[in-house]
Amino acid sequence: MSTPTPPLPRWADLILLPIINLFAAFFICGLIVLAIGENPIEALGVMIKGAFVYSGGLGYTLFYTTNYIFTGLAVALAFHCMMFNIGGEGQALIGGLGAALASFGLGVYLPAPLAIPLAVLGAFIAGGIWGVIPGYLQAKRGSHIVITTIMFNFLAASLMVYLLAGPMLEAGQQSPQTARLAESTLLPKMADMLRPLGINITSSPLNASFLIALGAMAVFYVLVWHTRLGFNIRSVGQNQEAAHYAGINVARTIIITMAISGGFAGLLATNEILGFNHKVVLNFTAGYGFTGIAVALMGRNHPIGIFLAALLFGALTQGGGELDFEFQSITREMVLLIQGMIILFSGALAYMFNPPLARMIAKFVAPKDPANG
Amino acid sequence: MNTALELKNVSKSFGLVKANKNINLAVEAGSIHGIIGENGAGKSTLMNIIYGMHRADSGEIHFGGQHVDVRSSADAIEHGIGMVHQHFMLVPTFTVLENVMLGTEGGLMLRDGRGAALERLLHLSETYNLKVDPHALVSDLNVGQRQRVEIIKALKGGAKVLILDEPTGVLTPQEADQLFEILKVLRDDGVSVLLITHKLSEIMDITDTVSIMRQGEMVGHRKTSETSPQELAELMVGREVLLEVDRKPAKPGEVRFSAKNLGYTNAQGVVELEDINFEVRSGEILGVAGVSGNGQTQLMETLAGMRHLTSGSLNILGTEVTAADQTDPRIIRDLGVGHIPEDRHTHGLVLNFEARENMILGFQDTGLAGDGKLFDYTAIQKNCEDKMAHYDVRPPNPRLNAKNFSGGNQQKIVIAREFSANPGVLLVGQPTRGVDVGAIEFIHKQLLELRDAGCAILLVSVELDEIMSLSDRIMVLCDGQNVGIIDSAKADRQTLGLMMAGQRQEAAA
Repeated sequence: MSTPTPPLPRWADLILLPIINLFAAFFICGLIVLAIGENPIEALGVMIKGAFVYSGGLGYTLFYTTNYIFTGLAVALAFHCMMFNIGGEGQALIGGLGAALASFGLGVYLPAPLAIPLAVLGAFIAGGIWGVIPGYLQAKRGSHIVITTIMFNFLAASLMVYLLAGPMLEAGQQSPQTARLAESTLLPKMADMLRPLGINITSSPLNASFLIALGAMAVFYVLVWHTRLGFNIRSVGQNQEAAHYAGINVARTIIITMAISGGFAGLLATNEILGFNHKVVLNFTAGYGFTGIAVALMGRNHPIGIFLAALLFGALTQGGGELDFEFQSITREMVLLIQGMIILFSGALAYMFNPPLARMIAKFVAPKDPANG
Repeated sequence: MNTALELKNVSKSFGLVKANKNINLAVEAGSIHGIIGENGAGKSTLMNIIYGMHRADSGEIHFGGQHVDVRSSADAIEHGIGMVHQHFMLVPTFTVLENVMLGTEGGLMLRDGRGAALERLLHLSETYNLKVDPHALVSDLNVGQRQRVEIIKALKGGAKVLILDEPTGVLTPQEADQLFEILKVLRDDGVSVLLITHKLSEIMDITDTVSIMRQGEMVGHRKTSETSPQELAELMVGREVLLEVDRKPAKPGEVRFSAKNLGYTNAQGVVELEDINFEVRSGEILGVAGVSGNGQTQLMETLAGMRHLTSGSLNILGTEVTAADQTDPRIIRDLGVGHIPEDRHTHGLVLNFEARENMILGFQDTGLAGDGKLFDYTAIQKNCEDKMAHYDVRPPNPRLNAKNFSGGNQQKIVIAREFSANPGVLLVGQPTRGVDVGAIEFIHKQLLELRDAGCAILLVSVELDEIMSLSDRIMVLCDGQNVGIIDSAKADRQTLGLMMAGQRQEAAA
């Protein structure tokens, strides 16, 4: 047996360690950029400028960030209940269906202040339904949530192809997509919202959904740490036996958790569909549901952490586009490589730097009596 | 003096925690040497160092007068050390012989090794009176027999020093006596036995010499004939302790809790409890004795609503509960039943939660968590601070995660939570398992205070001493059946031991 290392101080665990992991990921990517004959420092500069500095860059970055926040929260909430929700992708797709149905069905008859909340709710409920079925199967039938949520991604994708190519296809349209949604259900662009306030920003896809994402973060925080339901969710997640002993209905808690988790993923449609595409297109989720797992992992299942991780991934998505544009030999796939490295270092190898760092800090910080007696 | 094993200035740290500090120990050849100490005193760490599972940071180990470097348990076995762990390490689907062979199969094909192993096994079981059928499946053996297999395994390589870690925890008194007989034969044959225990009575009964550990240090070595339980307890704890519980006669009131023909059959159709009848009155403690694994866990969990009874009925403070009622722990708790679960790590606590969150576990829907819809952390903090002060939980830090408290203090958190709710009926399982002597004294006192305040208490424990000193009446379970209920004044170890083995007593109280 190896000697256990001293625990890492909280500040180092939350701030220093992620930065080191990030640095390591960028370092390896830098070497690869060097190997294909480009200057890594220059490439990094282009990415940062593309994500934050160039006109509209920040808007795009935050637009992508919004998507990552929703799917990150979805994965994190389920994880607090120790459920691995791999189904964010499918739940988001069905969320798009829910938003569209609400828009076509009710939105056309209502003014924006009523129609928008209904469409948002439609996305949340539809995503929730797609999450609650695997939740029910896990809680009552013992079907493993990882398997069922993956399967439900395929089901959602097939269902959407069928609907978009058939019943919901816009008349006279060749590509599989719906007609434009009811105007009253579309979310305003951020640039349009800020202009009356005298703030002028470059127009970008960034829209009111970003505010919904910030609201979802707040709801997540209060739900998990300040409500009885959140206490139940965390109890079930940490120790199902103790939760049962404490009178918590374990099955019901799992089902509710998966409903809300799916709902968070479904909200992605508010950004992509209600805020940007304004119609349901094929595969609008583009892998955000899967990346949400990495976002939650990196963000330590806490809304602030998830925001920072989502911002990082949003910046990578946007900045990576610029890389492709600026360099001949670097393609968009480089971004996938960087994302992969970040996931590798902050996820799979999360504790690689932990022991040496802890030993180093323990040397510098004067030894105190351990908290336990 | 012929020394079989000697430790010189052995130290071992885990991070900042010094588990062993400059330990010196000498074990004579052909003696039974006891190591006694509270939980966390460093006994297990020391044994793991001798057996090569940990490496000492400094110090020397000598076997038979020779300095050796023990790097792994394989090294230790080679030098003649055998160990029987507290939790048996046997493959239940293998036969006794196959388990004994494990690790020394000898060559590609099993046939050659098997013959040699069988010969060795029969030789050992004859020499040391370790009776066991070589061809029986381990899963068919009882606990005492399994332990014998473990001892044979430890001795097969010709061990000169045999380490036994808490060997009697799972045995009936009679089985323990048989074990001690075997140990005496081993001793007379020149084997040194190192017996780790926290039971003073065993040390006094069987050992020749005893070493006492406290907080990672050796605080004394004694010849057993020249010491007393009182002295050993004081050395262990470092202060004077009350070994005997001061129990006034009970003043039983009305019946608060009763079971009628209670039965429980599990999902696989195995009958685990059958026809259990008892009643517990206000102001009395009904102890439940039995060798562990004879239905105590099922009884506690059925009474607490964690499992559904499958036949018979319960009466809880006037409310009738039958198999048709799909009870759950919430319903039972709301009827006024408190529950200290047998296993605090699995059931009683969420180890990754802060102490203050654990202090409301099971009460999260009550005012303890705040009056509004949202949690009131000021109230939760205050609740925890008050209870920690009242029940002397150390350190009194509500923000510390439960896993960072010592076993005794973890148990105090559970006890503080359950006792403060002022239950009409209290189910108590293994209240002092893994708890040190000082905390045991405190917990026993609290239990008796609650009894005298009128609570009806049902107490399950594998420590017969604990049952006998706390209970007013004792129910004995064997194989999921109630063997009988006797008055604790009339109960002695002999009678209880026979009942635990399944012999019904005519003289039921």
